Amino acid sequence: MDLGLSHYLTVSAALFTIGVVGIFVNRKNIIVILMAIELILLSVNLNLIAFSVFNGDIAGQIFAMLVLTVAAAEAAVGLAILVVYFRNRGDIAVENVDLMKG
Amino acid sequence: MLHQLGALRALAVYAFWILATIVVLSAVMVIAARNPVHSVLFLILAFFTSAGLLVLIGAEFLAMLLVVVYVGAVAVLFLFVVMMLDVDFVELKQGFLSYLPFGLLVGAVFLAEIVLASFAGLESHVSTFDASPGAATNAEAIGQVMYTQYMLLFQMAGIILLVAMIGAIVLTLRHRPGVKRQSVAKQTSRRRSDAFELKDPSSGQGI
Repeated sequence: MDLGLSHYLTVSAALFTIGVVGIFVNRKNIIVILMAIELILLSVNLNLIAFSVFNGDIAGQIFAMLVLTVAAAEAAVGLAILVVYFRNRGDIAVENVDLMKG
Repeated sequence: MLHQLGALRALAVYAFWILATIVVLSAVMVIAARNPVHSVLFLILAFFTSAGLLVLIGAEFLAMLLVVVYVGAVAVLFLFVVMMLDVDFVELKQGFLSYLPFGLLVGAVFLAEIVLASFAGLESHVSTFDASPGAATNAEAIGQVMYTQYMLLFQMAGIILLVAMIGAIVLTLRHRPGVKRQSVAKQTSRRRSDAFELKDPSSGQGI
């Protein structure tokens, strides 16, 4: 059996699911939540690139690059917010983030 | 020759399964590791191995980009933050088991949906692939369309990165009180008359 699109879609689906489960089970640890989001974006990238390669259309790889850009920007800003939150409150327990809700 | 090609293809499939297993296992370890530093290291492993998966189908440029951007920048950023914050991570790990059944349920639903959706639309098994249509190398194929057809998107990506960079700096910049700093405006606006004056005391007397 040759390497096919379904191989890559399977890996991608597994990665996406692991990312979603990771967000649910690590509800208190925002760093791991951010890492789970990175996993989800990685699976999306794998999907885009696999479809691009197996359909012979280069556009998917361009889109994957844009997703990569957004993921990097999101990680930078998210971690900056996390650092500021830690500086103000002394911990990163996310269940206390809704204090400003009123 | 044909026999060699067939052996190469079989080798590619074996490599795929090895790499795919490593990716999935390290992704599981990312969300299950007790120590967040281990989580970040497994994240790096997952990114690196998926770069290998991309090399396997000929998308070398994206694979290298994945290594440079994710392993070189994002994962190191995570590592910095994890080591910088002095947090009791054991306490944050509590509740892992109580959320696990619900998380697994949601994950199972997601997986079922993805499998149903992707295999419903996949009528033929595609086994030919071409990562660089219309060009010799993958990077060439990307470059041919990125600077022409997708110029606007490319520049918008640059703006997004710029905004994120400025945002991260603005968020984390702080001025501590009580620290002496150089003020260039204050220095350059200082006049001779602010600093000293000339006295002309007559001899034998003080000022």
